[in-house]
Amino acid sequence: MQDRIINLPLTNEIIKELHSGDRVILNGTIYTGRDEAHEKLCDMLKNKEKLPVDLNGQVIYYVGPCPAKPGEVIGSCGPTTSGRMDKYAPTIMEQMGLKGMIGKGKRNEEVKEAMKKNICVYFAAIGGAGAMISNCIKEAEVIAFPELGPEAIYKLKVEDLPLTVINDCYGNDLYKDGISKYQQ
Amino acid sequence: MSVREVSLKQITKVVSDMVIDANYNLPDDVRDALEKMHKEEESDLCKSIIEDIIKNANIARDKQKPICQDTGMAVFFVELGQDVHLVDGSLQEAFDEGVRDGYKRGYLRKGTQEYAVGERVNRGDNTPAIVHVEIVPGDKVKITACPKGFGSENMSKLAMLTPSVGWEGVKKFIIDTVRDAGPNPCPPIIVGVGIGGTMEVVAYNAKKALIRKTNERSKDPKIALLEEELLEEINKLGIGAQGFGGTRTALAVHIISHPTHIAGMAVCVNINCHVARHKTVII
Repeated sequence: MQDRIINLPLTNEIIKELHSGDRVILNGTIYTGRDEAHEKLCDMLKNKEKLPVDLNGQVIYYVGPCPAKPGEVIGSCGPTTSGRMDKYAPTIMEQMGLKGMIGKGKRNEEVKEAMKKNICVYFAAIGGAGAMISNCIKEAEVIAFPELGPEAIYKLKVEDLPLTVINDCYGNDLYKDGISKYQQ
Repeated sequence: MSVREVSLKQITKVVSDMVIDANYNLPDDVRDALEKMHKEEESDLCKSIIEDIIKNANIARDKQKPICQDTGMAVFFVELGQDVHLVDGSLQEAFDEGVRDGYKRGYLRKGTQEYAVGERVNRGDNTPAIVHVEIVPGDKVKITACPKGFGSENMSKLAMLTPSVGWEGVKKFIIDTVRDAGPNPCPPIIVGVGIGGTMEVVAYNAKKALIRKTNERSKDPKIALLEEELLEEINKLGIGAQGFGGTRTALAVHIISHPTHIAGMAVCVNINCHVARHKTVII
């Protein structure tokens, strides 16, 4: 099957056409964030502070990159385990308008429910393929929390980033369906 | 009997080079196992993922950059010959300095925190090195570096079972651990298993099992049979590369067994992702 090319931003129409198991190629601007950045964003939201990034309609990539070598845009930057962000993801979808997440590994039921309700999609990048993925990053800029080092929020411009849809907005889960297909 | 002097300054330099080498260059045995798995896998989606994983290792090697951004906690197994006299400093400091220098020089990610609980402040240099030392006969120092990422480390488990559960109970614990981990440890995985001994020994052996080459079975024929049985059953789980569903999940299963107490049945499973980094240098 041909991989589907997606040019960001995501719209509800595009998200509704995506189904778990689809392979896609992503182009456009995404934001990074992992544990610390998620916690800080949610704290700021709770305290009604101005957020350093507008995630409305955006895609977040769970990653903490290696330092860039001289002349490089970014160091190796594969996905981290998404489940650690499950605590924050529903709030970010509901209150900040997030439309897509990129990571690896299982999401909990609350996140999957929030994805249905808010029309959101969860993609997996290949865990452990950090060198290959760094080739797809054409621009990288730290836009918030620089003091967090690899956990800072980066704005990334990506080209031809290969991803697989894990959870679609209909409640399907490749980690359940794919595995049960091959379980003996 | 003469004693051979080995300078810890030399060890620092070796450690610094090793952490870079281990993080940039996937071992040949792991690459061979991935190529074999690619031939055997029946799912087209997982086949394409394994192709990308091999391509990623090639990019890392050609561009000399980390295979994975999680460049791990710096774990080392050291076999220290009893006829060696280490001079010029302390062993732990020599390893820490090697880690500090290698992680900086190699543009590796620094990921250690001062305290596990409370405010999580990054130490900034990936120290301390975790150094396991065994004293062995001879006058050599054998160092194996195995930087360990935490996506897979977090999926590891230990249990103190009772002898009545037998092999079937031990097997169930191991299989359940791999099933529950599912996609999270970045399959294809290598499964390190410790069985027997005391609580700390079983954990040590599960970790140590991971540094064995993927194409080597246990030298104990009884244990080698159990490894084969486990590999077959793990592949039947259907997890596949990245947990997308497939006929191949594990590149290898390695067991280290240790004599134990008549009341004991300790078992520990330590999972490694496909970026199974292990480099050995003998000084």
